[in-house]
Amino acid sequence: MNKVLSAFVFNLLVWLAVTWTFDPVSLAIGAVLAAAIAFALRNVELEEVPLLLMPHRLLWALLYIPVLFLYVVRANLDVAWRVLHPALPIRPGIVKARTTLKSPGARVLLANSITLTPGTLSVDVVDDTFYVHRIHVPEDDPDGDMERSMGRFESYLRRIFE
Amino acid sequence: MIDFGNPVHLIAFVVMAIGLFFDIVGCLGLVRLPDVYNRLQAGTKCVTLGTFLILLGVLIRFGFDAMGVKALLCLWFIAMTSPTAAHAIARAAHKAGFPLWKGSVVDRYAGSKEDPKGVAS
Repeated sequence: MNKVLSAFVFNLLVWLAVTWTFDPVSLAIGAVLAAAIAFALRNVELEEVPLLLMPHRLLWALLYIPVLFLYVVRANLDVAWRVLHPALPIRPGIVKARTTLKSPGARVLLANSITLTPGTLSVDVVDDTFYVHRIHVPEDDPDGDMERSMGRFESYLRRIFE
Repeated sequence: MIDFGNPVHLIAFVVMAIGLFFDIVGCLGLVRLPDVYNRLQAGTKCVTLGTFLILLGVLIRFGFDAMGVKALLCLWFIAMTSPTAAHAIARAAHKAGFPLWKGSVVDRYAGSKEDPKGVAS
């Protein structure tokens, strides 16, 4: 019941943000929709959401956003350079890397972070093994290099989720 | 819409222009890169950052009003859904047997127990 209620409040806040009005008719429609969605999702387990409400984890999560954004911009410039280069200097391949993260939520975010950072694209995650497509595979120790790249994100994600 | 004498508008305009640059590079990459995996790299992510920056420009231009907050929400949804979709397409392509480009150097996914039927490049 508690979960349905918090989902209802969250949905209503999103509705308010999207419509940006306190018009009673709009509010009534929003309340009905928010209730229906909260009821439909009553059996979906979101066990990691309460974790994010702890202040120090939230702080790390907020810090993670600009850090990730910087990596995304830097890596995007790298891909832009490769695409615009007349000779197309790419060396693609799929490498295999292991993560030390345990919690599923942290692994999801790690996979998404890898994919958002261009040059790397998560293809599959099996237990602690990530299969990552890279646009430029380094000459020596391709798997180890990927694990080091993932390490940058892991230290943040561990503080957020574990 | 854009008043160049206004510094806020100017910053918003510059952010949008950079976003547009990345969108164009993403489209170019879609055409120039050789196989489905490499194209996903350019096609989804340069475009994610490009669209992200354009929406950020909208947010800067309008601030927190009806338009700006919608841009902020779209920004969040794009950042969350785009990598997930790219991941799903890449995985499905590999499982369906699409080979990597012939110049690819390594494929540790092919032949692993998760994808026994996958083909090596």
